[in-house]
Amino acid sequence: MAEYLFILLATIAIGAALAMIVSKNAVNSALFLVMNMISLAGVYMLLNAQYLAVIQVLVYAGAIMVLFLFVIMLLNQEDEQGLFDKISFKYLFSALLSFVLLAQVVYMIMHWTGATMTIAQTSSEIGTVESLGKVIFTEYLLPFEVTGILLTAAVVGALVIANKKANSSK
Amino acid sequence: MMTLNWYLALSAVLFTIGTLGVLIRKNAIVLFMSVELMLNAVNLTLIAFSAHLGDSTGQILVFFSLCVAAAEAVVGLAIIIAIFRNNLMVDISKINLLRW
Repeated sequence: MAEYLFILLATIAIGAALAMIVSKNAVNSALFLVMNMISLAGVYMLLNAQYLAVIQVLVYAGAIMVLFLFVIMLLNQEDEQGLFDKISFKYLFSALLSFVLLAQVVYMIMHWTGATMTIAQTSSEIGTVESLGKVIFTEYLLPFEVTGILLTAAVVGALVIANKKANSSK
Repeated sequence: MMTLNWYLALSAVLFTIGTLGVLIRKNAIVLFMSVELMLNAVNLTLIAFSAHLGDSTGQILVFFSLCVAAAEAVVGLAIIIAIFRNNLMVDISKINLLRW
């Protein structure tokens, strides 16, 4: 059962990723990325990571992609012209580089001898909100607080960079 | 039987597609989305290892990487808006002010 579900979700994820990088319209790309992220959340559920699956849908597919869509609609740009109209040297070289990268990673995976292990018996207990919250708020409390500072700095920085008055002074 | 290799292979394929997207696209926003796809592929690897080793550290790391990805997306999109305001386009092949 889990195998068929994984194959279905993986097919959707890979198909949506490919559709994302070849679609001319940026809005379509964003929506395909949402589809990819939701199917990845399904894969997280297969790995018993319930909390991160929910967070993936809420934060990535919800918040970040809405931000992307807002920016795309704010910029109001036309479709990218002629993505595959002519096969240029650049596309061939990019495809070659990507294939080399994939071959390297797959080679590493296949030659790692510990890679045949199955899912741990305790995995259904570590992915819950309760156990992750316990670890975050005890052992990883300082990194958690630093994350709060990072997000505040990011918000302030984004406001400063995108502020109109800061650019119009020159 | 689902082994760890399946998840790692899916992650490798998604990472490669993200790399290909970064290499062939010219629209800065789509390029950014490809980077997000690569981040997601790495998150999948971390969660797969975490579940197979029975250790929660990988999932904590994914939690922090999600926060960093959110901060990165916000600042990056602000930079794209600033570029658009100065140049009226986000085609990265035509933005060559820093190239000599």
